[in-house]
Amino acid sequence: MMTVSSRSFWGGMSQAFLWALLLSVGVIVVYPLLWMALGGFKSNSQIFEQPFALPLQWSFANYLSAWRGVQGYMVSSLLITAVSTVTTVFISAWAAFGLTRTPMPAKPLVTAIVLGGMMLSPTVALVPLVRMLQSLGLYDTHWALIILYTAFRVPFTTFLIRAYMLDLPRDLDEAAMMDGASPGQIFRRIILPLCRPIIMSCIVLHILFAWNEYLFAMIFTNNPSVQTLPVGLTSMMSKQGTDFAQVFAAMTISALPIVIIFFLTQRYFIRGLTEGIGK
Amino acid sequence: MAAISQIIQNGSVAGAAAPRRAAPRRRRWPEPGRLASRILALRWIALALIIVGWFVYYPIIDNFLVSTTNQDIFTGEVMHVGLENYRRLADDPVVLTALWNNTAYALLSILFQVFGAFCLASIVEGLRSSRWRNFWRAVYFVPSAISTTVTGLLFYFIYQPNIGILDGLLTGLGLEQWSRIWLGDESTAIYAIIAMSQWQGFGYSTLLFTIAIQKIPRELYDAARMDGAGPLRQLWNITFPLTREMTGMMIIVTITGAFQVFNEVMVMTGGGPNNSSQVLGTWLYQQGFIQNDMGYAAAIASVVFAVTMLAASAQLWFTRRRRVQA
Repeated sequence: MMTVSSRSFWGGMSQAFLWALLLSVGVIVVYPLLWMALGGFKSNSQIFEQPFALPLQWSFANYLSAWRGVQGYMVSSLLITAVSTVTTVFISAWAAFGLTRTPMPAKPLVTAIVLGGMMLSPTVALVPLVRMLQSLGLYDTHWALIILYTAFRVPFTTFLIRAYMLDLPRDLDEAAMMDGASPGQIFRRIILPLCRPIIMSCIVLHILFAWNEYLFAMIFTNNPSVQTLPVGLTSMMSKQGTDFAQVFAAMTISALPIVIIFFLTQRYFIRGLTEGIGK
Repeated sequence: MAAISQIIQNGSVAGAAAPRRAAPRRRRWPEPGRLASRILALRWIALALIIVGWFVYYPIIDNFLVSTTNQDIFTGEVMHVGLENYRRLADDPVVLTALWNNTAYALLSILFQVFGAFCLASIVEGLRSSRWRNFWRAVYFVPSAISTTVTGLLFYFIYQPNIGILDGLLTGLGLEQWSRIWLGDESTAIYAIIAMSQWQGFGYSTLLFTIAIQKIPRELYDAARMDGAGPLRQLWNITFPLTREMTGMMIIVTITGAFQVFNEVMVMTGGGPNNSSQVLGTWLYQQGFIQNDMGYAAAIASVVFAVTMLAASAQLWFTRRRRVQA
């Protein structure tokens, strides 16, 4: 809307002001991240003496030793993120199909139950979940996080896929049904392929969530071989908190994959949000 | 990220209740009377119902039961104490501090992440080049994609007196007298954490606002310009009223998120110094998992539940009112 004619003096001034504003906000956002990444190259003494300077030498030594420190956590994070993405998306797609394309009884009630889960927060469930997972023998296993990430994300993911399925034309599956296709075949051959865009956004959103989750990961895992990156970082911090350069490198390593994924999949991600905030 | 995903989650609740386009609903299957096929259709939803019911709904109910008990740490004996834990809440000064800190979190987040982000989004959307629009949106969003553990640790370092860049920056600007041990000072710790949160979260809400602004028909702006309305007038008379739903929703989502804050406080101060930066989430953790007082922790969780439910019903009320108006 700021389409001030830039020919006029004041218009030019306000354009310049707005650009300066955008730029300074950009610097505030980017500089700390850059500082973190550069800190990973510095020596510990340089971090203390010249916090603003560029690294004296570009050595990857800190990054290499940080990588050795976090790779175990990285494996757990990858595993838990990948498996919970698959389970969440499949369970949600089935649910959305059931809610939009089958003669299920009590549909409004079932819809309310599944989508209502979006309003319930992990914090409130924390205390009972500890006992529950202990009695199920899942405490301190990858499965604990996989199950919880799935359970707490199914409502939202179902919501997104359901909204998309509701807008798909019904003629296609009606025609397929006339030809004698079963609901399962309609789901696999027609609806699922048509839902590919929204499923892509759901995958991206779930990856962002699972890769970064901290509360559950901290409470329900104890063994370093099970812990994910966010938890691993904090325990690394408490163990070698004085080796700042290495902690900076480890932080950068754990942030980098998700930033890359965001830039590569921005399009899907934004589409997911657009769907999510209603039409 | 927990807070962010919560925003994504809650942000969509309004969408869930939003009126769908009124397409005539036809019955899906021609012969719906067959009871067996209708029951069989439940298999599509069964897994979702089981996992959500078991791990999301049941624990919430169980939480209330736990909150009326106290467990002896040594004997493991469970005693029913009625509302005793809730009475303790009222006498606990840290609960009061935590409530205030959560409220400050909510208020400042509304200021920066709702109104600040709205202004920023309208500036970004005002740019003529779509390449630059996408560029700024993406750049501002980056911190939101990163885990709160990383950003929390990063700002923990930034606030440090010796290696941190904040004090160095203040010194460079000749404002040395402002510098302090940000996270070690009872009067600034929580605000330093809140500031980090704004840095991390505003790009996300800016993105949501740009999406909302894009949905406003261009003709409205053209017409306003013909009537001689300047950019600020257009902002106030068109953009603001037409994104009001989004703004209202974001306020509620921000409040919900602010009462669930945990990660950033845990990483940056752990609630210290002297409990000055405790929020409900970290106090719950401290009581339940450090002091092993699960009953009391469950009572704190009930407070979080009450506030988030209040916000959720406000959200439903908000969307329902919108439906009536439409």
